[in-house]
Amino acid sequence: MGPRLKLFLPLILFAMMAITLFRGLSLDPSEMPSALIDRPFPAFNLPRLGGPGLLSQADLEGQVSLLNVWATWCVACRVEHPYLKQLAQRGIPLFGINYKDNDADAQRWLDELGDPYRFNIADHEGTLGLDLGVYGAPETYLVDATGVIQYRHVGVVDEKVWKTVLEPLYQSLTVESGAQ
Amino acid sequence: MEDGSRAFVSVADSGEWRAMKSVCWLFAAALVVFVGPALALVETYDFSDPELEVRYQNLTEELRCPKCQNQNIADSNAPIAQDLRRLLHQQLEEGDSDAEILDHMVARYGEFVRYRPSFGGVSIILWLAPALLLVAAFGVLLLTLRSKSRAATAGVASLSVEEQARLQSLLNKAEQDS
Repeated sequence: MGPRLKLFLPLILFAMMAITLFRGLSLDPSEMPSALIDRPFPAFNLPRLGGPGLLSQADLEGQVSLLNVWATWCVACRVEHPYLKQLAQRGIPLFGINYKDNDADAQRWLDELGDPYRFNIADHEGTLGLDLGVYGAPETYLVDATGVIQYRHVGVVDEKVWKTVLEPLYQSLTVESGAQ
Repeated sequence: MEDGSRAFVSVADSGEWRAMKSVCWLFAAALVVFVGPALALVETYDFSDPELEVRYQNLTEELRCPKCQNQNIADSNAPIAQDLRRLLHQQLEEGDSDAEILDHMVARYGEFVRYRPSFGGVSIILWLAPALLLVAAFGVLLLTLRSKSRAATAGVASLSVEEQARLQSLLNKAEQDS
């Protein structure tokens, strides 16, 4: 290294630090990727909300789908609910996991606010939630046609999240599964 | 000295002192009333073996609450921490080993959930980076010191015979002048 280049060393170090720290400003430390990405949806056997019979992971396969973890005690779930109804109207397969809730409250919620879900898995004890690594509702999982988890979004799904993150993934997965 | 102790006695007898004493009692009562329920918030589990309880304590301290990221699950009263404690108790009673339990948690919540990350995989950089940086720092230090000392010795040795002679004559001259 020439002596002239050595003079620039502090500037280079400063620039590297500035870039790293600037990147840090726009990162969310509370955001963590799911440990289950690219892994099959965990096996479960849970009752269907408001209906007879048990549901299992096999009931989710066959199409690219969105799995929404929600509960009546979850305030943010109420915020995202109208947008979920819009997605359902556009024909996006949306399934619900009613997380640590009671059936009567959940049924009343769906009756009053509308039901965007094809069906709801009643996860009273939160056992499926534990297997999924859920740490707070709402969470939304993108699952491909073979039942493999592709993405997890923590927090409210709105227009911005759908347009920028979920829809591109959803479209590419749908194309992929159509090609097979 | 005598004045001081008399002053103290007079304060002890005064109404001020009595007021302070009753405030203390009030605090004690408030502690019992308000802290009691707070302690009761943390559920207790019965263990079939005291050894399991020790492992439970250690694991709840090592596992990180996914929701409230700067607390372990022993300290957090978030619902998810309660669920994880319940799961942990269940797993311990079923006879799972510590390694099995940690693997189970990591498979669901990622390496993130451990305050003591495993040695291997991606987290190996966490373990090795400090040692590597220390070695690198010593390397740089050694190199600078060596190049400095080399420059110093090179400076002495690089005087040619004529220069040595000139230096000597200058020194001699300086001695004569003084």
